[in-house]
Amino acid sequence: MLDAPTHAGLRVNGEARRIRSAPSTRVSSVLRDELGLTGTKVGCEAGDCGACTILVDGEPVCACLVAVGQLEGADIVTVEGVAANTRYGAGLQRAFHAAGAAQCGACTPGMLVSAAALLDGNSEPSDAEIENALGGVLCRCTGYRKIIDAVKAAAGGDIALETTGEVGARIARLDGRAKVEGRDPFGADVIPADALMARAIRSPHHHAAFSFGDIDAFVAAHPGVARVFTAADIPGRNLHGVIAPFADQPVFAEREARFKGEAVALVVGERDCVAALDLSEFPVTWTPMAHVLTAADARQPGAVRVHASRPDNILVRGYVEKGEIGPATLAEAQVVAQIAFETGFVEHAYIEPEAGFARRVGDRIEIAACTQAPYMDRDDIAAILGIAVDDVRIVPTAVGGGFGSKLDLSMQPFVAVAAWLLNRPVGMVYSRPESIATTTKRHPAQISSQIMATREGRFVGIEFDARFNTGAYASWGPTVANRVPVHASGPYFVPNYRATTSAIHTHCAPAGAFRGFGVPQAAAALEQTIDDLAWRIGMDPLELRILNALDATTPTATGQVLGDGIAFRECLEALRPKWREARRRADAFNAEARGPLRRGVGVAGMWYGCGNTSLPNPSTMRIGLKRDGRIVLHQGAVDIGQGSNTIITQIAASALGLPISQFDLVSADTDQTPDCGKTSASRQTFVTGRATETAARALRARILRLGNAGAEARIEIGEGHIRIFDRDERRDVALADLEAGAFGYLLCAEETFDPPTSALDQKGQGTPYALYGFGAHMAEIEIDIDLGVVKVLRIVAAHDVGRAINPTLLEGQIEGGVAQGLGLALMEEFHPGRGENLHDYLIPTVGDVPPVEHILIEQPASVGPFGAKGIGEQALIPTAPAVLNAIRHATGVMTLRVPATPDRLRAALKARTRTGGG
Amino acid sequence: MGLLHRPRSTAEALDFLAAGPATLIAGGTDVFPALVDRPPPERLIDLTSIPGLRGIAVGRDAIRIGAATTWTDIARADLPPSCRMLQMAAREIGAIQIQNRATIGGNLCNASPAADGAPPLIALDAQVELASSRGLRVAPVENFLIGNRKTLRAADEIMTAVVIPRAFDDALSVFLKLGARKYLVISIVMAAALVDLDSERRVRVARIAVGAASASARRLRNLESRLVGMPADGDFRARIEDADFAALSPIDDVRATAAYRIDAARELVARALRLAGGAKDA
Repeated sequence: MLDAPTHAGLRVNGEARRIRSAPSTRVSSVLRDELGLTGTKVGCEAGDCGACTILVDGEPVCACLVAVGQLEGADIVTVEGVAANTRYGAGLQRAFHAAGAAQCGACTPGMLVSAAALLDGNSEPSDAEIENALGGVLCRCTGYRKIIDAVKAAAGGDIALETTGEVGARIARLDGRAKVEGRDPFGADVIPADALMARAIRSPHHHAAFSFGDIDAFVAAHPGVARVFTAADIPGRNLHGVIAPFADQPVFAEREARFKGEAVALVVGERDCVAALDLSEFPVTWTPMAHVLTAADARQPGAVRVHASRPDNILVRGYVEKGEIGPATLAEAQVVAQIAFETGFVEHAYIEPEAGFARRVGDRIEIAACTQAPYMDRDDIAAILGIAVDDVRIVPTAVGGGFGSKLDLSMQPFVAVAAWLLNRPVGMVYSRPESIATTTKRHPAQISSQIMATREGRFVGIEFDARFNTGAYASWGPTVANRVPVHASGPYFVPNYRATTSAIHTHCAPAGAFRGFGVPQAAAALEQTIDDLAWRIGMDPLELRILNALDATTPTATGQVLGDGIAFRECLEALRPKWREARRRADAFNAEARGPLRRGVGVAGMWYGCGNTSLPNPSTMRIGLKRDGRIVLHQGAVDIGQGSNTIITQIAASALGLPISQFDLVSADTDQTPDCGKTSASRQTFVTGRATETAARALRARILRLGNAGAEARIEIGEGHIRIFDRDERRDVALADLEAGAFGYLLCAEETFDPPTSALDQKGQGTPYALYGFGAHMAEIEIDIDLGVVKVLRIVAAHDVGRAINPTLLEGQIEGGVAQGLGLALMEEFHPGRGENLHDYLIPTVGDVPPVEHILIEQPASVGPFGAKGIGEQALIPTAPAVLNAIRHATGVMTLRVPATPDRLRAALKARTRTGGG
Repeated sequence: MGLLHRPRSTAEALDFLAAGPATLIAGGTDVFPALVDRPPPERLIDLTSIPGLRGIAVGRDAIRIGAATTWTDIARADLPPSCRMLQMAAREIGAIQIQNRATIGGNLCNASPAADGAPPLIALDAQVELASSRGLRVAPVENFLIGNRKTLRAADEIMTAVVIPRAFDDALSVFLKLGARKYLVISIVMAAALVDLDSERRVRVARIAVGAASASARRLRNLESRLVGMPADGDFRARIEDADFAALSPIDDVRATAAYRIDAARELVARALRLAGGAKDA
């Protein structure tokens, strides 16, 4: 008799468990779905990301790669038990929290248990041993450095956890404890056990017509399948898009699918049944059609049109012009530097794939899912269901990284339509291939960039053109096409300027928002052109930038004079001593080099407008006093790991004059929090922060009025009283004596801030942003010229941040931006239709991100809260060009196509050797 | 309902295998990723439950590594210098999470062109043992790997061990892997080299294998024979010829071009030989 055991027995976090799931079930599913231990995250189900790392008999393994039956008798430790079941677990959790090692928190459980296994075996690990222990867990937020710091701190027992402090203090994230304990619920963690689950039927072709077979027969043949949905089932309009006038994306394609992975139908049913389906049996017939995958092909005469309504496949064009680019400019200029530069699709690769669920509550729909833009989600879902916006409630879960892609809808319309029509909760969790194949990407760009300058290095003119592959649907294509011409001058003064852009449709996944909206691609081109100019005129690249740096009095490319809030030259000058020393060191190394290694040092500048380009983007903050004396902050700025829960509270606490411990946070929820806009465009610290500062000051004024106190008075709240200390006097106001008013609060303030901008005129002149961040990175690299392999040794990041509200969180943003910029420069490219996984699509691991030295320039900007600026996108923009310029310094080779993979670099180096160029 | 058989012996595993279609699983690091979003196979036979299949025995003439031995086991084992390249490869497979589960037998049976274990095992003249109801047979690893995802293993066979002859324990050996990032990376190309010296520090035997540059890893025998008699600190690089790589058939893929793979293979071989000859750096 060939028996197989049907119930595995094992110990989980010290407790004996008998497992009901089939013995072939992945351990990750058993932990999450059967045992309710959702602290273990699933990022790829392929062993590529390590998020699901658990300890099996003390050794880290990926829970997604083990059948539960294989662990009969084993001892398992998950993040929920790491404190009690490992020697260093509790210290590691505390150290991760204190160091800012957890941003979104999706990789944190895997990192923690991996680190716990290391320290239990080796309490004094070297840096290399730490990296080796963490090398199997990917993180997309932190750039790893603070994780390494946390492991060292835990090993040394030296952990200082700051939990309170005003603006400027390095307090630990307010939501950090839940993250390091694996308790912060992400999209897949909140789906009720009895919810139906949905899976999408997706096109296997770049462009195809399709027709359905007998769907009723399919449903009948699969007991447990509740219903199949197609475009015909959408109650409202089968259309969504983040920019209303351009909305063009169907929930379900009708008749033709325009990219590989586009959904045409949804199968909804009981969890086990849906998981077991072989979707290739679904009755749909595909008829492949002609397709275009690159902007160049899409612009060929006679190319197939992606949308009949958009001639020449052009979604939109962008344009900014100042002065005149023409024969006169060229005559004035004595030197011209120009390059043609190209980038590919880049995938956001957050560790948490899209997930969430919807339920119908009477005639309302509620969606709990990971998102960066709850109010935008609300409006589109209302239109899709054909109901009023007030009848949609969006409750963002913890977000396991977003970086721009979770601004767009993904699974939300599917679960909303299904839950609405079935009147049952419906959940959906994207697989990693589904996430990579179907959600938005960074726009591939073909750029030509030209700088005309005097022999002394003064910029006379800049001419720039970028053609962006915007994919099948509009998404944020118009934003990219409009933001780039404003930024393509870089943070430099140039009297004559012309920048043109176009967003071109292709049969690829939509390109959308990704940290920088096209500016990183533009900066990578321009900043290399500047280095080429420096080489042509024999000038130091840093000094050339300092010579041309924008300042408070010189107009930008759109004619804006900033007046204050600009410390770009200060960033460059702060780099100068390190730059000179590093360049000297690299030149000396190269002069002595006998082997294949060369070193190089590069620099690049950056500017970035915070908030929408010339469009309103208000945030509204509500803050109220409860009868128990607690202050409630309706913190609607979704925290996707960047830290708005903490930053906004620090601003509120400082403006109100009360400690952070006095505050209760109501996190984003369209029923509970006013609209704080989307978490994108580096706007939350600035726009929501400013609304918060104003609201908190208004509440403070109301409190002070109770005691007729002066503006400098100190407030304390406790034991049923507000105590106001005004000079020598103390006035007490009993909370019991106050009447409840708006929203049930005793006192309440609600304020809106919308950055003061103006529309751009026909030539793109005007005030597109009220505030800009500036910065510059210096990269030190080592290249193996015989293999084309680059190792980044060090980054020095100088940023004009206005005011550092929380330096630890700021550094975390910068380090994470550096890691993504390094990936853009050296390894990341998505090829449509290929490699929809995290072993073909490579993001930096802990071994690839160098130490980052920070220089924070705090020169307050008058429009920012406490003078502060955004940092999210600023951090990424200069890294790639600094690395590319360092490669040029080391080798003389300019990188005209990123990522600069070993094969591309080696080919460029060989071409140089043949031509003898330098 | 997916069954998982947990045999206690190879004989029992073979009985399960004979009973009908089933998938053999050990570390699961290839079986599960291959599913993508499909459910597990109906019948799995777990080879990690067979006590005799895991472990390393250093015998008088050969080193026997059970097929279900993990790469962590191999990396931690006390093995002679000739096996250093195998231990170096063990530490470069995925990352610790993968090394703790993935097995030497799985690496070979999965037969990826980029299998990190293949070049050192081929360079060591290792053999695999295959058990079936017909008995035990033995085949050189080099012959066992017949192509991309293709091996000599018949559907009713189970790999039980990898056997490394102890021909030259004290020979230095080196494994070099080239990838586009530090951890969790599929090789663009890799090289394994072993150099055995005579009493005058001249090359007695050289063994060289290159992986990820053909459907399966390849030995460079012409080059090996040309190196015999060279001094340990000689210019190995100068002996390498284009023709040495003629047997490779790399492809263009998302990781690199074919032309680059040949170029990089040549460079890695030169470096690996120099290091295996005793040089401090490549």
